[in-house]
Amino acid sequence: MSRDKVLVSAEWAEQNLNTPGVVFVEVDEDTSAYEGGHIPGAVRIDWKTELQDQVRRDFVDRAGFEQLLSAKGISNSDNVVLYGGNNNWFAAYAYWYFKLYGHDTVRLLDGGRKKWELDGRPLTKDVTERPNTSYTAKEQDLSIRAFRDEVIAAIDTKNLVDVRSPDEFSGKLLAPAHLPQEQAQRAGHIPSAINVPWSKAANEDGTFRAENELRDIYGEAGLDGSKPTIAYCRIGERSSHTWFVLRELLGHSDVKNYDGSWTEYGSLVGVPVALGA
Amino acid sequence: MTSGCGAPEQAAALPVNVDPSREVVLTGTVRSGGIPVGGAFVRLLDSGGEFTAEVVSSAGGDFRFFAAPGRWTVRALHRDGNGETAVDARDLGLHSVTVALA
Repeated sequence: MSRDKVLVSAEWAEQNLNTPGVVFVEVDEDTSAYEGGHIPGAVRIDWKTELQDQVRRDFVDRAGFEQLLSAKGISNSDNVVLYGGNNNWFAAYAYWYFKLYGHDTVRLLDGGRKKWELDGRPLTKDVTERPNTSYTAKEQDLSIRAFRDEVIAAIDTKNLVDVRSPDEFSGKLLAPAHLPQEQAQRAGHIPSAINVPWSKAANEDGTFRAENELRDIYGEAGLDGSKPTIAYCRIGERSSHTWFVLRELLGHSDVKNYDGSWTEYGSLVGVPVALGA
Repeated sequence: MTSGCGAPEQAAALPVNVDPSREVVLTGTVRSGGIPVGGAFVRLLDSGGEFTAEVVSSAGGDFRFFAAPGRWTVRALHRDGNGETAVDARDLGLHSVTVALA
């Protein structure tokens, strides 16, 4: 797949800040990042309060997604460019989510906020106002979303890619090392999963590695390109990053993101769990 | 607690639910010419140099990681320069780190 169909460079983005039909969207969990300065003209989406159902553990439904995008002033024909902090974790999650609801013209800003800031590109505190639209979403494309029973059935059958850090994979930690470790679920990983941390796919500045490097990384880790693949992490956002790499950059045809991820699997009763590297 | 993977506020004071006698906490400050630098991307690398976690330093230059016991490197990136510091954190408890940008 052509990289420029799914990614834009920071340079391209800066040149297209005022291009009609291009909408920049910052996606973060910590929305104070946006308030402290964002790409001029960008609207924001709050991963936790706007993309997640506030009662059940699930996404907002199709009608909720339509309302959200309409209120943000995004129309079906817009070219959406997503970016965020955390090496684009939540932007990649939103990218997957836009694809899930059938928005085809969406791309990631390569390197996200980090590359933009390291380059010293402009940020503003001006809040962007866009007129409401009437957005129409499609039904969820479940060919890119995996649920728990399918994950259990995939053990020893499909590629399972655990994209968490080695210490989370082995069971030493329950969460990434920048978060308190207070969760109660079991530690470890899904049997037969390979461990390829999401960060292997990224350069230090947050941009994605070149396709030939990416092919080598997953090939050497034992990913069998002829089989379907399910990626998971702790809550489904880091695995969106790897889902993006495998499906959108490397062009693998059958790649799903398991958004339930370890916080669901590691709390299931009776399922097999593996420990160690 | 935070339910997602976003970094909690990076400040010197530990959350009340963290007991440094039971885990490894790496905490410190990013500085340039002795002056704290906020907004630096602070990366925790394991003993093999592999990336483990990343946070953004607070306005006062502070950062914090919760890690497994071991030898770590803390590396900071900023538009004004980069820097890194090795940390021996094989023992539980609070480990203080300063990273100087150059």
